[in-house]
Amino acid sequence: MEKFSLKELSDGLKAKKFSSVEITQFFLDRLDRYNASINAFITIDNEKSLKMAKQSDEIIKEGRQDYLTGIPIAQKDIFCAEGWKTTCGSKMLDNFISPYDATVISKFNNVGAVNLGKTNMDEFAMGSSNETSYYGNVKNPWNIKNVPGGSSGGSAAAVAAMLAPAATATDTGGSIRQPASLCGLTGLKPTYGLVSRYGMIAFASSLDQAGPMCHSAEDCAAMLNVMSGHDSKDSTSIKRDKENYLNGIHNPIKGLKIGIPKEFFSEGIDADVEKIIEQGITEYKKLGAEIVDISLPNNHLSIPVYYVIAPAEASSNLSRYDGVRYGYRTKEYDDLMDMYCKTRKEGFGEEVKRRIMIGTYVLSAGYYDAYYLKAQKIRRLISEDFSKAFKKCDVILGPSAPSVSFPIGDKKEDPLKMYMQDVYTISTNLAGLPGLSMPAGLINNLPVGIQLIGNYFSEAKLLNVANIFQMNSDWHHLSPKGFE
Amino acid sequence: MKFSKEEIRKIAYLARINIDEIEANKVSEKLEGILGLIEQMTQVNTDGIEPMSHALDITQPLREDKVTADDIREKSLNLSQETDQSLFIVPKVIE
Amino acid sequence: MDWDIVIGIETHVQLKTESKIFSGASASFGGEPNAHACLVSLAYPGVLPVLNEEAVNCAIRFGLAVDAKIAKQSIFARKNYFYPDLPKGYQISQFELPVVGEGNLSISLGDENKNIRILRAHLEEDAGKSVHGVDVDKSGIDLNRAGTPLLEIVTEPDMSSAEEAVSYAKKLHELVQWIGICDGNMQEGNFRCDVNVSVKKKGAKKLGTRREIKNLNSFKFIKQAVDYEVNWQIETLEDGGKIKQSTILFDPESGETREMRSKEEANDYRYFPDPDLLPLMISEDKINTIKSEMYELPSQMKASLIEEYGLSNYDADGITSNIAVANYFKELLSCNVSAKLASNWILTNVFSRLNELNMDIDSCPLKASKLAKLISRIEDKTISNNAAKKVFDEIWDQDKSVDDVIEQLGLKQISNVDEIENILNQVLKDNDIMVQEYKSGKDKAFNALIGQVMKASKGKANPGQVSQLLKEKLAD
Repeated sequence: MEKFSLKELSDGLKAKKFSSVEITQFFLDRLDRYNASINAFITIDNEKSLKMAKQSDEIIKEGRQDYLTGIPIAQKDIFCAEGWKTTCGSKMLDNFISPYDATVISKFNNVGAVNLGKTNMDEFAMGSSNETSYYGNVKNPWNIKNVPGGSSGGSAAAVAAMLAPAATATDTGGSIRQPASLCGLTGLKPTYGLVSRYGMIAFASSLDQAGPMCHSAEDCAAMLNVMSGHDSKDSTSIKRDKENYLNGIHNPIKGLKIGIPKEFFSEGIDADVEKIIEQGITEYKKLGAEIVDISLPNNHLSIPVYYVIAPAEASSNLSRYDGVRYGYRTKEYDDLMDMYCKTRKEGFGEEVKRRIMIGTYVLSAGYYDAYYLKAQKIRRLISEDFSKAFKKCDVILGPSAPSVSFPIGDKKEDPLKMYMQDVYTISTNLAGLPGLSMPAGLINNLPVGIQLIGNYFSEAKLLNVANIFQMNSDWHHLSPKGFE
Repeated sequence: MKFSKEEIRKIAYLARINIDEIEANKVSEKLEGILGLIEQMTQVNTDGIEPMSHALDITQPLREDKVTADDIREKSLNLSQETDQSLFIVPKVIE
Repeated sequence: MDWDIVIGIETHVQLKTESKIFSGASASFGGEPNAHACLVSLAYPGVLPVLNEEAVNCAIRFGLAVDAKIAKQSIFARKNYFYPDLPKGYQISQFELPVVGEGNLSISLGDENKNIRILRAHLEEDAGKSVHGVDVDKSGIDLNRAGTPLLEIVTEPDMSSAEEAVSYAKKLHELVQWIGICDGNMQEGNFRCDVNVSVKKKGAKKLGTRREIKNLNSFKFIKQAVDYEVNWQIETLEDGGKIKQSTILFDPESGETREMRSKEEANDYRYFPDPDLLPLMISEDKINTIKSEMYELPSQMKASLIEEYGLSNYDADGITSNIAVANYFKELLSCNVSAKLASNWILTNVFSRLNELNMDIDSCPLKASKLAKLISRIEDKTISNNAAKKVFDEIWDQDKSVDDVIEQLGLKQISNVDEIENILNQVLKDNDIMVQEYKSGKDKAFNALIGQVMKASKGKANPGQVSQLLKEKLAD
């Protein structure tokens, strides 16, 4: 049952093969058995989860079942859930019991899905390896000496080890796609504005997006159906007609134009990873797609641009953590200034403090034009590269990450090396486009993902293109050993 | 480009984060590295390009002027480290 | 040494909305501490701002009222600084692209008018309050006010005296109430002025260094603070000292200004466009709709009072000095009395009575319709002006009708020509000396004779008629 897709779980519940309480208990037992070895979860609450499962069983009994009713879903600890400890991976929020539900959480609650628990993550979503969490590193179920990727490392590890059938995650510079790639999962970052950010603890407001982390494109579609939709509480949320992302997911892709950006295959990519991507391209050709060469000439600038804009926005978003109204407050202080400075020194980890410092610097007097404003201009150039590319192709294909999962501690001391993990994913966030990663191979038993990038609001197409690949391959069915 | 001790101190002050001498050196090193990364940007010609704040060309929606929020005092005061008579307590604010 | 005084004012006007500018919490004043602090007001992790339509409408109304450009597109920016009453660690304000651009406001100085240029007005959110005295080294934070909508109105440094500063503040105070965007309750902090003061040698081109007096919430304080600060700056400069740009507070107890204590370094606010909010677009249609729903402005009403009704500049100013007075006046007009009489009765009789009783026109016990009745009895010559004053006293706060009081006090004037002629003839007979004096050129005697007639008629004779008849008789 741990390998069941969301559809199988949904059908099984409908056919009364099992109840929500039963599957929830099943996964809670697995958590009990295996979570300690990979540290994927920060908060597990059997009582709360089972209570929700019981309510869902009532809904199912009354015949009011939705696709995800009764199914336990792991929630990244970045989503505020009322009554649940919500930490964002930080000591700063270690004592924070959220007084409200994020819109994403409400949406799951409204269809009767079960909250399986809060997954581990890089602190305040800043990281690519889940090594910055206050609650300890997350281990990659494929090799527990390795990182799962980040910042949604906990969600990825949980689903990869089959401790949850699916999870929510967030992506600001690649934090869904890169861990999906490193853990052999299918993860989707939707178009900016498609999923509400209300209640999703902010890192970089103009880049953050929530999305699903699953075993397959089909499961991602089912999750996106619940997660997406306009929210009047989020000014940046888009108003558009609701789509069913499962529709058309089996459409044939003959004639589909797949753009391959030459910049994604220049320096920095691991040779083995490149081989796997090329195999994927060959596979798509066999499935009837047409391969087109395209260029994203400003892609190399996406990292410096990101490391100006994201820390700048973050430095401001994290100012509210001051010990006054909630969260951590230092124990001893002489005066107000002392209280602020000690609270924030003790409450934040190293990477977060570094990014706040850089963010503060680039916004400060005399530097705003040279850095922040400049970055926003180049951002437009990067975005225009994509517009031009999408005139020649329907989707863009490339690697999700430059390498497979690496040993814990390997890149931690060198932030710049760590930042390069996001070289293929960041530009999508800057442009606000949707991007997906799906498993396409293994190197030394470590997963490699292929990334697909689509035009604005083309999630249905992306999921379709991914699904056809998955209908014709088995990579997404593979699981790590040791979690039977 | 070197981050002087003074600059680090200034940035730390603006961000209200205590940084002692030893940390300041470490931070300075790491920040210089990041700055070197960012510097690549400054060479690019962006004359005539509009800055991009948002991915999509949408404009600010407006909310009807109605009171819709509840009194959440009980919840909110419970979440704070120190409260008294429904106020959040902090060290004295001097003007 | 002669000095020029240069003053610019930034006014924070709290907008009259039901809910806060970026959330659905109540914007009303007072309330138990933190009762109006919602999730957004408290800046919990994950909360987001959504803009209140009425706040935008208020800004547009203000822009129209001062003839300013209203920005087709304006941007919200974050002003970053740490303070316990600022829960997010930044204030959402507007920086480079404010909603209202350059405009004008005219102030009256005696007989003359002076134009004060408005540089800009922008929307922003208010901060909460720190309450002292909870404990000697602690402060209590109340976030009820955090997030209430403000319009910050900034002038050019066009004022050159404390009087002008007060005149501007008063004019602005009336205007924002007139157009219905603010209650103008200064005690509740609805209307706060930051006054920038600098001095320079008379005629010098370069402006001196300015100091900013923050949070003045009464006209009296504005006058006192500016007077003190100007003297202090002049004395300092004359003694050879330098003025340092700083923010200062006015202490009403001592009547002095002093520098604010914190801030070893100038605050770097690191303004940048708020990524949680999108550009605010205001269409021509929207502006026109709001314009069509607005009442005429005081300046427009004043102009029409002068042109249409022939009121003097001074009187027209008085009637349009505030919207309550203007409405009272309009009500009188709607009862078909003459504008001049209406204006006189309001500006003299009603005002003096209100002043005596320390009331304002909102609580005037004499309904406009009743006063209109009284005025109409003067117009139709039932009673004289003097008699009307007596009636006024009786009907001010009593439930008596005008006609009843006229009856009771027997104030009906005598307008019958024969009756008056009889009295007149008798008076002329009895006052031969006065008649002779008049005929020998003493004009004063004329009035004296009228006086005698009025006395003889017990004040009831219609003075106009008396004067007419007397003239005729004496011409013989």
